[in-house]
Amino acid sequence: MGSVDTVIRGRAHVYPRAHVNTDEIIPARYLNTHDHVELAKHAMEDIDPDFVKRVQPGDIVVGGEDFGCGSSREHAVWALRKAGISCVIASNFARIFFRNSLNNGFLSIECAGFADKAKSGDDLEVDLAKGVIRNHTQGTEHVFVPLTPFVQEMIAAGGLLPMVAKKRGTVYNPAIVAVKPDVRVSQIAPAK
Amino acid sequence: MPSPQTITEKILAAHSGRDTVRPGEIVNATIDLIVCHEVTTPPAIRMMAQMGVTKVFDPTKIVVTPDHFVPNKDIQTAELTKELRNWVKEQGIARYHELGEHGICHALVPEKGYILPGMTAICGDSHTTTLGAFGAFATGIGSTDVAAALTTGELWFRVPETIRFNVKGRLPHGVYSKDLILHIISKIGVDGARYCAMEYHGSAIAAMSMEARMTITNMAVEAGGKSGIMEADKVTTNYLKARTEEPYTIYRSDADAHYVATHEIDASALEPVVATPSLPSNGRFIGEIGHVVIDQAYIGSCTNARIEDLRIAAKVMKGRRVAQGVRALVVPSTSAVWRQALKEGLFEIFADAGCVISTATCGACLGGHMGVLGKQEVCISSTNRNFVGRMGHPEALVYLASPATVAASAIAGHIVDPREYLERPLRRDKEAGVPVGAIAGGGPGSEQEDYLWGV
Ligand code: SF4
Repeated sequence: MGSVDTVIRGRAHVYPRAHVNTDEIIPARYLNTHDHVELAKHAMEDIDPDFVKRVQPGDIVVGGEDFGCGSSREHAVWALRKAGISCVIASNFARIFFRNSLNNGFLSIECAGFADKAKSGDDLEVDLAKGVIRNHTQGTEHVFVPLTPFVQEMIAAGGLLPMVAKKRGTVYNPAIVAVKPDVRVSQIAPAK
Repeated sequence: MPSPQTITEKILAAHSGRDTVRPGEIVNATIDLIVCHEVTTPPAIRMMAQMGVTKVFDPTKIVVTPDHFVPNKDIQTAELTKELRNWVKEQGIARYHELGEHGICHALVPEKGYILPGMTAICGDSHTTTLGAFGAFATGIGSTDVAAALTTGELWFRVPETIRFNVKGRLPHGVYSKDLILHIISKIGVDGARYCAMEYHGSAIAAMSMEARMTITNMAVEAGGKSGIMEADKVTTNYLKARTEEPYTIYRSDADAHYVATHEIDASALEPVVATPSLPSNGRFIGEIGHVVIDQAYIGSCTNARIEDLRIAAKVMKGRRVAQGVRALVVPSTSAVWRQALKEGLFEIFADAGCVISTATCGACLGGHMGVLGKQEVCISSTNRNFVGRMGHPEALVYLASPATVAASAIAGHIVDPREYLERPLRRDKEAGVPVGAIAGGGPGSEQEDYLWGV
């Protein structure tokens, strides 16, 4: 249980610059919604306005150093995933983006310098079991920082919340939206 | 013999049932303190419902205060705080701080004695690093993490590498811990401590009050850090003695613990620092700033609006007037600070100077309300971030500085060196008794003394 034996294959969208920030991934002007479909329409808009026109399901974003820095918005991860991106490969990630990504069951793979070698459009294959990225266009192979068993388990479960729910014997249902009837505080009895 | 470890490694090991942990490893650590506010907790409450969870793991480990948009700024934020209150009541969370007892969470939690050395603490807010000043592991996380931690009492962490900062010497008169941290961030950059714990040592830190120390750990995230941490010492235990009787464990880094980098800083060589727009790493010594005319001066936030900060600002403003054309805003960090400032007569000084004083709130720090900036307006601020659009219009310009520099600039109408406004240096000789300029009530060993000797 827990090992991720998937192979991910997709075309690269390469942004080799350092510090691609969450404002570029999903601009603050679109944060008035949590709807992933809406967010996906604006993914990468401020760094690459044509991104959503070109992206195809399974594609892979390749970044440089400190990818996803800036605000802690989870929206950045939601927008990329819903736009069809299967994983992000970067030299390294800003801490909160990295965390949010794994928590959402979305792969962030650290491979130093990969963005300098890859070209947009390259045919990439990420082999999670072997811990390598194959660039079929260029015929090269690159070792990445291996995923820990914990992260593998979380990715396999679909993220932190499904994993927690599973461990507790409940079912994670993201479709639940409204939780509280609209009542005044004074009408609620305190818990025992 | 376990291998040598840093404080952070020891705390994470102790909370994940291990003898030792190594940087890069992922551990599942138990959480001692979860801090909640009205922005990031309501989404987590919904996520818990999505997991079919009806009860938090332990209501006694949770502290809740609304802070970002209080008093309610608009209907949307009113609904958010209502959702938070409903949930507090439903879950039976006792440590809820309603308006009048509220405060900016990172300032309120230490003040109430909730954070203790050796703890693990989290909050859906990046400046949770503040709490590391107590020798605790404290970090900011997302709403998904909040939901998981509220449910299970545990959270996964990648054990961070630690960067060590040895700060020797003493901060000169008119130079504060804010100047020191702005200087450090200007040296290492906005991602200079990415993933890392920033651990502080040295005589300059030892001489600081808890309040001054918290300004430093508050800004760890501005260098990309996961946490800021300091070893608990006499100053820490004295601070806690007045606030709590709960037991705690003090961890210290082993002498031969591993650090990915060590920086040596001489505090004595520092001058007031101002970070120019629009990165916290743009710190320059005041002499290099030139003539910058300001529209607004903001003394507030979890970085620099504790009672010491207000005392320093009042000292600068006493008997003076805010310059024509400048709005000066004073926003205490908590309700207790507000009451203390009132008692000490600080508000009279601020009001006579022409300042606007508000209740505790995050307010304009994040461009929320109570002082949002318009297009091309210039603000000098005691807050921690000056990113594009942070305090309002994307073309507004924010300069970060210590409360003394902000207060002095409000008086001058442009950014100035506060030292000209703090005429008499405090005497450094402890044997001489109460220092010159001491505020009545601070005897030897008191917090006020800490403050006076610590500045
Ligand atoms: S005062 Fe500013 S930095 Fe601190 S918690 Fe509030 S918004 Fe964040």
